Amino acid sequence: MNRAAWLAVLGAALVALPWVAGEFYVNLTSQILIAAIFAASINLLLGYGGLPTLGHAAYVGVAAYVAALLYLKVGLAHWLSAPIALLGTTLMAGAFGWIALRATGLGFLMLTLALSQVLWGTAYRWVSMTDGDNGLRGLTRPAPFGISLDGATAFYYFALAVTVVSIWLMAKFVASPFGAALQGTRDQPRRMSALGHNVGLIRWLTFVYAGFWGAVSGLLFVYYHKYIHPVSLSLTNSAEGLLAVIAGGPGTLAGPVVGATIVMLLKNYVSTYIERWNMLLGFVFVLIIVFMPAGLVPGVQRWWAAWRARRT
Amino acid sequence: MTINRRKFLQGVGAGVAALHAPWVRAQAEPIRIGLLTVKSGPLASGGLDMERALVMYLRERNYTLAGRKCTLSVGDSAGVPAQARTKLQELVERDRIQILIGPLATAEALASDDYIRQEKVLTLSVAAADDMTQRKPNPWFTRGTSTASQCAHPMADYCYKQLKYRRMVVIADDIAYGHEMVAGFQRVFEEEGGKIVQKTFPPLTVPDYGTYLAQLSTKADAIYLGFAGSNGFRYLRQFNEYGLRGKIAAVGGMTALDEAVLRNMGDEALGILTACWYSAELDNPQNKKFAPAFRAEAKYDPGFYAAATYTEAAVLEATLNAIGGKIEDKEAFMKAVRSIKVDTVRGPVQFDQYGNIVGNVYIRKVERKEGRLVNTVIYTYPNVSQFWTYKPDEYLKAPPYTRDYPPAKNLES
Amino acid sequence: MQFWVIQTLNSLALGGLLFLLSSGFSLIFGLMRIANLTHGALFMLGAYLGVSILKFVPNLWIAALLGGLAVAVLGGLLERFLLRKLAGNVLGQVLVTLGIAFIIADACLVIWGGDPIPVPTPPALQQPLRVWGFAFPSYRLAIVGIAFAAALGLYLLMERTRLGAMIRAGVDDMQMARAVGIPVSKLFTIVFCLGAALAGAGGILGGPMLSAYPGLDADMLPLALIIVMLGGVGSLVGAFVGSFIIGFIYTFGVALLPDLAYVILFLPMIFVIAFRPRGLFGRFAA
Repeated sequence: MNRAAWLAVLGAALVALPWVAGEFYVNLTSQILIAAIFAASINLLLGYGGLPTLGHAAYVGVAAYVAALLYLKVGLAHWLSAPIALLGTTLMAGAFGWIALRATGLGFLMLTLALSQVLWGTAYRWVSMTDGDNGLRGLTRPAPFGISLDGATAFYYFALAVTVVSIWLMAKFVASPFGAALQGTRDQPRRMSALGHNVGLIRWLTFVYAGFWGAVSGLLFVYYHKYIHPVSLSLTNSAEGLLAVIAGGPGTLAGPVVGATIVMLLKNYVSTYIERWNMLLGFVFVLIIVFMPAGLVPGVQRWWAAWRARRT
Repeated sequence: MTINRRKFLQGVGAGVAALHAPWVRAQAEPIRIGLLTVKSGPLASGGLDMERALVMYLRERNYTLAGRKCTLSVGDSAGVPAQARTKLQELVERDRIQILIGPLATAEALASDDYIRQEKVLTLSVAAADDMTQRKPNPWFTRGTSTASQCAHPMADYCYKQLKYRRMVVIADDIAYGHEMVAGFQRVFEEEGGKIVQKTFPPLTVPDYGTYLAQLSTKADAIYLGFAGSNGFRYLRQFNEYGLRGKIAAVGGMTALDEAVLRNMGDEALGILTACWYSAELDNPQNKKFAPAFRAEAKYDPGFYAAATYTEAAVLEATLNAIGGKIEDKEAFMKAVRSIKVDTVRGPVQFDQYGNIVGNVYIRKVERKEGRLVNTVIYTYPNVSQFWTYKPDEYLKAPPYTRDYPPAKNLES
Repeated sequence: MQFWVIQTLNSLALGGLLFLLSSGFSLIFGLMRIANLTHGALFMLGAYLGVSILKFVPNLWIAALLGGLAVAVLGGLLERFLLRKLAGNVLGQVLVTLGIAFIIADACLVIWGGDPIPVPTPPALQQPLRVWGFAFPSYRLAIVGIAFAAALGLYLLMERTRLGAMIRAGVDDMQMARAVGIPVSKLFTIVFCLGAALAGAGGILGGPMLSAYPGLDADMLPLALIIVMLGGVGSLVGAFVGSFIIGFIYTFGVALLPDLAYVILFLPMIFVIAFRPRGLFGRFAA
């Protein structure tokens, strides 16, 4: 079956989900979709740009907090607060990108980590704004075109629509000439520079774009949970996103989605049955890195191709 | 008389139909209890105690409460609020629990607040989270432990009146629980005439208290420790290492020297007073059975968390008895909970109209008994509510307790 | 006055402990170009092992030696059977160490439980030192001494032994070192073992100060990263200086600017990396 057929089957399954599965599974899938957008946004930097980031939860958190605060303190309606949150977070990504890109490799990683830790600490300590450890609650979900998203199924379709649009736009980005240039800077930065590309600018623009999608996943996150807490900005969240991309396969479109699914399932589903699921996550991770260093999706594709080749 | 086939079938049919009548079916279906706790991460030891004590209670009664069988589903939130909410959803949507015991941490309760309201989840909480039974009361939420400040108010009174302290220093974890506890202490202490001369909030996971100990003002009578988890014990160890023992007395809040922590401590804890709604040394019929049984199973004394779920289970059973076991009737359950009086391991308890517990608060002193450290009860404040001696409407008119309210006017830097 | 003196001593003690933590990290990073994200977990494992060893051998110093050895063996196995498989895939090696860190942390939780376990201070150092009318824990001062001794030992190793020369050569120019006949693979294993030993011993020696508790790894690892980035990769001098700088910044920063407690450590690192990517004494940018 070619890729289009696979996508059609998957799409049909996703659309049909609420009819066959109970509310719990619909909710779980909504969370997976949110995690998928987050992982995909990290993948833009890591997989296609070769820039490993450990501070991406910052964009999720800031977008979520801004939207929450605009609602709680100013009483702004969602159709206003959402664009403002997205814009604000994207601008912040621009500033952070400028700082972080002054280094490469581990230095870049450390800078992204440090910047996100600064925000995390601020969220905890700036109690008058964020209520610190209590988090912000009493939030609502938007009602686009008057349709309430309070029900699990309604929200699921909303999240599904947003996810499809996001992944599609990211796919177009990657396939575009800019995306090709980005991958060029990942593989051969010096050669690209010699050819006249502005490597720094390409990376910075990607950083901003990735921050934007991180913010989108942040908005979905806060709409789903109707609650935001500083822990959402933590290193652990950024690390889980990074893990999801690595496990699934950086530099592919399906990779982060698959990776996010694995991580979310382990966290929320397997944890019910296996108490030591943290250790299991570590093992799964190590196994994938050692035996499928390019990630699960490329690894499986290779096995599949090899198996088919042996059959003919 | 011959029983013809048709009549027989009709009879059987009627019998089967009767079995499916709602009330009969309800009585045959087990009550599904859910426990939301923390089994991994820094709060894990308290969370594991919660599970152990609850399982003990149910096992002692053969998993039957008010004549109905019960099942227990346990969710692990790892202490992360968003995960607590997800686990709660799992318990409600997948395991179809009818009553929730827990969660453990304040932030988890706050994260679950709107979901509890939306799904009308009957909740017997362990977490503090003051406002859920104060200014933004959740009609399905009751708390059988105490608010963060409920035990701090009487402690302040004891410090001022009995211990005659006049100048004190307070230190607590930099989380909502710590802020609320210290605020309650400060309010009562200063209203009675005392002065809080220093207020410090180290981050929750700071590895070393050296830098905080260096700033400690020794020109005070005592220090009040508002720590949670194991931080109280780590602080006290370093407190002694810096030679501060004897220079300034130490008193603590309800979790600073919990039994769970006490078992790892040594002589540095002797003589320290804390205020809590429970002690493993309590001398009432329920506790005289519970504490030794728990100790036999776990090899250590039950503390805050174990007593919390054991008490909640007793409340659950008493309420079920009051409404004839019909947990399906949520409104009746919530009404009944506010009208019962139960004798539990922590003494006699009842609930106020906001769903918060009213019970005894004990001042305890660490002593060595039979070779191990225990919290001996030296004084009892009976029937303490979340409002202390204030009238509820006046209490609620004032702003909620935070890091900066009540304002500390007597600080000396 | 008392405040300044005590905080200075606190800073020195913290700096000393951090050096034990970060020296191993810096060595591994410098030679193998791997950011060993298992380092925090190895430190924590060392602390827990120390707790258990002390039950049989009530001498902290011997326990530190034995514990360091045990962790070194574990490190060697990790390097030989996992990291070597991923030779050339630097990102993969880093991430595998992250996965192993998860596993070790969870294993410690299973074996030693969720409560923090105190490590008893050696009896000789239990009494606080009374200086100028106030007390300071003697053990903390001892840590400073130990750190200096370790620094001296590592310096001698690096500058006066053949092994040290080979390591320095490897750090400076890996390809040339190979070309000259230095057995780089064996060197990698040795260095990883050494780094792990330092982490493990550091964990035990830090025990009387910090205790052994779940989450110790997550608290320590970012500090090691910050110090090595600040001080410069591959430079022991950098790790030494960086440890004490961070010790001072953290101690005084937390005391004087409590609202910036979480942030205080990261700001200097942000400035250093942004404007001098190779750190203070580094041989190359990370």
